[in-house]
Amino acid sequence: MSDITNNSLTEIVELIKKKEIKSEEVTTAYINNIKKGKKLNSFISESFDIALKKSQIFDANPNFDSLLPGIPLAVKDLFCTNGVRTTAGSKMLENFVPNYESTVTANLWSEGAFLLGKLNCDEYAMGSSNETSFFGNVMNPVKENTVPGGSSGGSASALAANMTPATIGTDTGGSIRQPASFTGTVGLKPTYGLCSRWGIVAFASSLDQAGPMAKTVSDCALMLEAMSGFDPKDSTSINRKKENYSKKLTKNIKGLKIGIPKEYRVEGMPNEIEEIWEKGKKILKEEGAEIIDISLPHTEYALPTYYIVAPAEASSNLARYDGVKYGFRSSNGSNLIEMYENTRSEGFGDEVKRRILIGTYVLSSGYYDAYYLKAQKVRQLIKNDFDNAFIKVDAILTPSTPSAAFKIGEKKDDPISMYLNDIFTVPANLAGIPAISVPAGSDKNNLPLGLQLIGKPLGEQTLLNLALSIESKSNFTQNISKWWEK
Amino acid sequence: MNNEKSKYLIEGSQGKWEVVIGLEVHAQVTSKSKLFSGSSTTFGADPNTQVSLVDSAFPGMLPVINKHCVEQAVKTGLGINAQINSYSVFDRKNYFYADLPQGYQISQFKNPIVGEGEITLDLKTGTKKIGIERLHLEQDAGKSIHDLDPSNTFVDLNRSGIALMEIVSKPDLRSPDEVSAYVKKLRSIMRYLETCDGNMQEGSLRADVNVSVRKEGDQKLGTRCEIKNVNSIKYMQMAIEHESKRQVELLESGVSIVQETRLFDTKKNETRSMRSKEDAHDYRYFPDPDLLPLILDKDLIEKIKKNLPELPDQKKERFIKNYSLSSYEANVLVSEKEVAAYFEEVIKIADKKLSINWIIGDLFASLNEKNISISESPIKAKQMASLISSISSGLISGRAAKEVFEVMKESGGDPVKIIEEKGLKQKSDPKELENLINKILEENKDKVQQYKSGKDKLFGFFVGQVMKVSGGTANPQLVNDILKNKLK
Repeated sequence: MSDITNNSLTEIVELIKKKEIKSEEVTTAYINNIKKGKKLNSFISESFDIALKKSQIFDANPNFDSLLPGIPLAVKDLFCTNGVRTTAGSKMLENFVPNYESTVTANLWSEGAFLLGKLNCDEYAMGSSNETSFFGNVMNPVKENTVPGGSSGGSASALAANMTPATIGTDTGGSIRQPASFTGTVGLKPTYGLCSRWGIVAFASSLDQAGPMAKTVSDCALMLEAMSGFDPKDSTSINRKKENYSKKLTKNIKGLKIGIPKEYRVEGMPNEIEEIWEKGKKILKEEGAEIIDISLPHTEYALPTYYIVAPAEASSNLARYDGVKYGFRSSNGSNLIEMYENTRSEGFGDEVKRRILIGTYVLSSGYYDAYYLKAQKVRQLIKNDFDNAFIKVDAILTPSTPSAAFKIGEKKDDPISMYLNDIFTVPANLAGIPAISVPAGSDKNNLPLGLQLIGKPLGEQTLLNLALSIESKSNFTQNISKWWEK
Repeated sequence: MNNEKSKYLIEGSQGKWEVVIGLEVHAQVTSKSKLFSGSSTTFGADPNTQVSLVDSAFPGMLPVINKHCVEQAVKTGLGINAQINSYSVFDRKNYFYADLPQGYQISQFKNPIVGEGEITLDLKTGTKKIGIERLHLEQDAGKSIHDLDPSNTFVDLNRSGIALMEIVSKPDLRSPDEVSAYVKKLRSIMRYLETCDGNMQEGSLRADVNVSVRKEGDQKLGTRCEIKNVNSIKYMQMAIEHESKRQVELLESGVSIVQETRLFDTKKNETRSMRSKEDAHDYRYFPDPDLLPLILDKDLIEKIKKNLPELPDQKKERFIKNYSLSSYEANVLVSEKEVAAYFEEVIKIADKKLSINWIIGDLFASLNEKNISISESPIKAKQMASLISSISSGLISGRAAKEVFEVMKESGGDPVKIIEEKGLKQKSDPKELENLINKILEENKDKVQQYKSGKDKLFGFFVGQVMKVSGGTANPQLVNDILKNKLK
């Protein structure tokens, strides 16, 4: 058989179900790719022994009724995995081994999948290029020395390089969609509350949402189906019946109304982004959707709002990493305060410290009203923009990112230009609504470009259907030469 | 009574000063599990044995509100006649400390679950209403133990995450006695409601005491100091006495009070500065994004309201009305739910007036002596009633009853049986008593002579002799009657 890892997740599931291939063979194939792909640095931890053992157990007594029968999966190292080191890309948790399993990964395992390894990410998911990881840069398989995006950069890289058949990431301001766009893969940020946050290292609680990353829209639907669901352990989890996204997936989008927000046409945006947006409109129109110009007037405030709300929550969420209970503790310091100071100075990287400082500042007495409170009000206005738009349209089409993947180091010392990368993705997080990035073409350097579809709350099915149409008509093909194996 | 005379004032060199006190009481919610986790709350467990991943703030852990604790807070709110807020919000209070695993305490800041209310105090000077500012739910922190090792601090997280109600009074208290009455009343209400066991030794009830002073007659409040975490009523009173004197001395010497947090040193009986306002923590409160606003169903509030037990004030009113008790007697009997229940059980059988005297008198004295509560009393209500009935029925004398009580307070038991064993049954057969009296009069002819010649006081001597000879079992009424007749 040809290289199984070239197949989509859906295809592999079919092959396993038809007993044309064994789980162990699949697992071994991915392990081989991972071993050859060290140069990409997508993995922080590998769990090959566990994976092989689980695949053998599956093959010995296969259950084909599950969604992910015998499928090995690597996941972002932000998901706590029982008995397997979970670092969040930070020195602070370099040696942290949880004795519990996040709900989302537990859901995947109960559908027949098992853990292949833990994927690199920006430290505590704070970054847009995977350059803030304590475990080093990740390379984009599409092109050497190019970033895979962030913060789920390791996930996107491993997926595009055939080192995992699908994966999951987390998206606080674009951390699934932007890397998906940079690597020519599909990434979906679900409605806030659709996937449990329990057991995921928290960045910004009101924005964090786990979601699938996959090679195809069908795979993405399958993964979402497997990972989502109500969790009483997460107070913000939505209590509703599980959807069969993959079964309901259809290219029939006739009559759907698609909004084109004028505010997403930003100054200095490359022509290629404009062109890919036009291409998306054209495809959807040809497939029977109606294109409608809309306005989301508060869009320009989304990014500043995000960079107040997210750091504020992060400054509090990260207070628990103090060296007292688990994780890194500095050996310097002669009292409690010094222990805190040294632990947190040595344990956190620069970007994390920057955001803790910003977050602490905006919550401080005297500044709270001017920053945090105002940001919450603007956040409501942004949400209202979407509510108003969704009276007229079923989904909104935008580019995923204002540019294609950039070079490693290019924006590292320019936080503002780095933050601008999230300009199109952040609003959906602030509004708590679902959004998907689907590859739609490439730029002149052959770097993939994605289109984003933003949907109504719990409108994941519509987004998947629209993304499927774009996927089938965009003629995008992944063109990866496996340069890293040479 | 004249209120002015009983006013608690501090005599300074420049006049009289009034003390203004407000209390922030931290009451542990009676609940099997913690406010946001399923861990047990049992007191006295080995360190760190009642700690979940949530309580120790492991990565990715999330709080889930304990519905029972919410209902307990609502119940308490209704018990202090307070506004129940159907919308409340949990906030994070951020600060670093080794026994605060999350790096923040989940509390309620802007929108507490319970708003303004009031409770009525029964003071020697009459009743006084004390305003309640608010009641909110919050997590307790763990415990830092500094004295087990010279160079290390140990942390016990068993308390971490336990549900507390912070009940904030208005600055309506004016003396250490009022503070004592306030805490006792609040504790009594919560014990009636079974929302807090009020056990101060176990730390279930503590208070931060805000104290300021002002010249008598001034309307404006003075600058206050907050005395943190005082865990007994006696210490609260001592702390207030000391702190108010300290403030008066400062003010009279021209030094203004600095708003600060102080600690009460129980060994030295003084308060000392912990941190000033300038050093005060900036807690960076903000709504906890892990928790949705708490929306209370009107039906739930109504249901809790309907099922509220009779509270001390209502019980007192009923006792006064139904049993014609004095306000003082009623107060004493209703202060503890168990005492009231005991009393009501006793008077089902026994005489009311006698019962009050025996319970408030002998029984309370013996409980105090042994430092036990009424539920731990060896004398159960039925036995107490039986003892009291034995007096009213003339089976034994009051004196004999005391003797029986002495036995019962040590080892309990059926009073009728003890009476029999000790042969304390009263001699009420007139014939038998007459024989006995005749014998005594015969033996004391000289005294009879003296009595008859006017020495009335000797009557007591004869009664005493009869009692002595009968071993205290002679019915005193009968003895009196027979003696009077014989000595005519």
